[in-house]
Amino acid sequence: MAGKPVLHHFNARGRMECIRWLLAAAGVEFEEKFIQSPEDLEKLKKDGNLMFDQVPMVEIDGMKLAQTRAILNYIATKYDLYGKDMKERALIDMYSEGILDLTEMIGQLVLCPPDQREAKTALAKDRTKNRYLPAFEKVLKSHGQDYLVGNRLTRVDIHLLEVLLYVEEFDASLLTPFPLLKAFKSRISSLPNVKKFLQPGSQRKPPMDAKQIQEARKAFKIQ
Amino acid sequence: MAGKPVLHYFDGRGRMEPIRWLLAAAGVEFEEKFLKTRDDLARLRSDGSLMFQQVPMVEIDGMKLVQTKAILNYIASKYNLYGKDMKERAIIDMYTEGVADLEIMILYYPHMPPEEKEASLAKIKEQTRNRYFPAFEKVLKSHGQDYLVGNRLSRADIALVELLYHVEELDPGVVDNFPLLKALRSRVSNLPTVKKFLQPGSQRKPFDDAKCVESAKKIFS
Repeated sequence: MAGKPVLHHFNARGRMECIRWLLAAAGVEFEEKFIQSPEDLEKLKKDGNLMFDQVPMVEIDGMKLAQTRAILNYIATKYDLYGKDMKERALIDMYSEGILDLTEMIGQLVLCPPDQREAKTALAKDRTKNRYLPAFEKVLKSHGQDYLVGNRLTRVDIHLLEVLLYVEEFDASLLTPFPLLKAFKSRISSLPNVKKFLQPGSQRKPPMDAKQIQEARKAFKIQ
Repeated sequence: MAGKPVLHYFDGRGRMEPIRWLLAAAGVEFEEKFLKTRDDLARLRSDGSLMFQQVPMVEIDGMKLVQTKAILNYIASKYNLYGKDMKERAIIDMYTEGVADLEIMILYYPHMPPEEKEASLAKIKEQTRNRYFPAFEKVLKSHGQDYLVGNRLSRADIALVELLYHVEELDPGVVDNFPLLKALRSRVSNLPTVKKFLQPGSQRKPFDDAKCVESAKKIFS
């Protein structure tokens, strides 16, 4: 189908949010079909729509693509957000993988058992402050350009903006020592497509609290 | 440097093993520099070689690449093992990501606390038999070709065959239930470059034994 991409997921950030961000930044309109009951998920599985019985799944260009990275890579390639050559793609991939690791680490905190939360939170703050943010501040400093790779917008700029907003939700003071990252955040947030996605009423999803996630997982028997 | 890729990791399988398999399958000679102590890791960190302070790191074509998937993507592109177009790459990525999800569970298994191993092994077996292997058996059945994508060898085949070997170390004989997977393993294993990698004395690494686990703990904890 040559229509809009159709995104299948729960009505939540989860592993689909980075895909929403990338499509929005590329100016691509998309539809969402929210899984709202166990029967919805079961039907997707039984119809053979989920290769590994998991979402996210995106219907795009005649494919039913599962696996977050496969979906992101395809969208980035299609909309020219994946660098100009193999070496730029390697840098973009290296940076993107670091960002996805950080996103996962912060995202998992809400599900952390209470007895581990303090230690895990402290570790997440330490890694954010001493590992990930310095690495990207250094990239921006080393080339002095507005974008991370190739002096133009790529997917990794979108991924980094997304995670900086999560860092801010997590602990805004973590960004204080990183002036280039703060400037980067402002710059990318001001791009027209991104600005629109950041407005209320867009397809961007809010954070969920632990209780909401627990209930959703119970309903869908996800472990 | 236009020389051989140089792989920096401890002398074990871990997150570097899929990279070893892919380079070997592509017929690319590589060097390994094994980390033996915490100081070895500290040196790489302090000299700025590790973007996120972590290995695997591969020196290749003037880059110091970290992150397993970034390294694999680069090697696959360079050696024409990543499909002929955007759509083939998408399918290859979907398959390879599924393999990676199961492979990571197997990779961690030897390093787990003893009390967690039983549950983890049960999960590995269950997901192997009910999710991943059926999915790939179905792919092979649906197109009846010798390779997973585009009727030619890609990184997806190499990743899957590596997984078939690794799963069977924990769940002996499981591949016998999946005849098309078994045939794929046989076919890929007989490719000259892979056959050589499967011989004793190659750079392939064994299942992580207690000594290997201890060594990793010494370096990384």
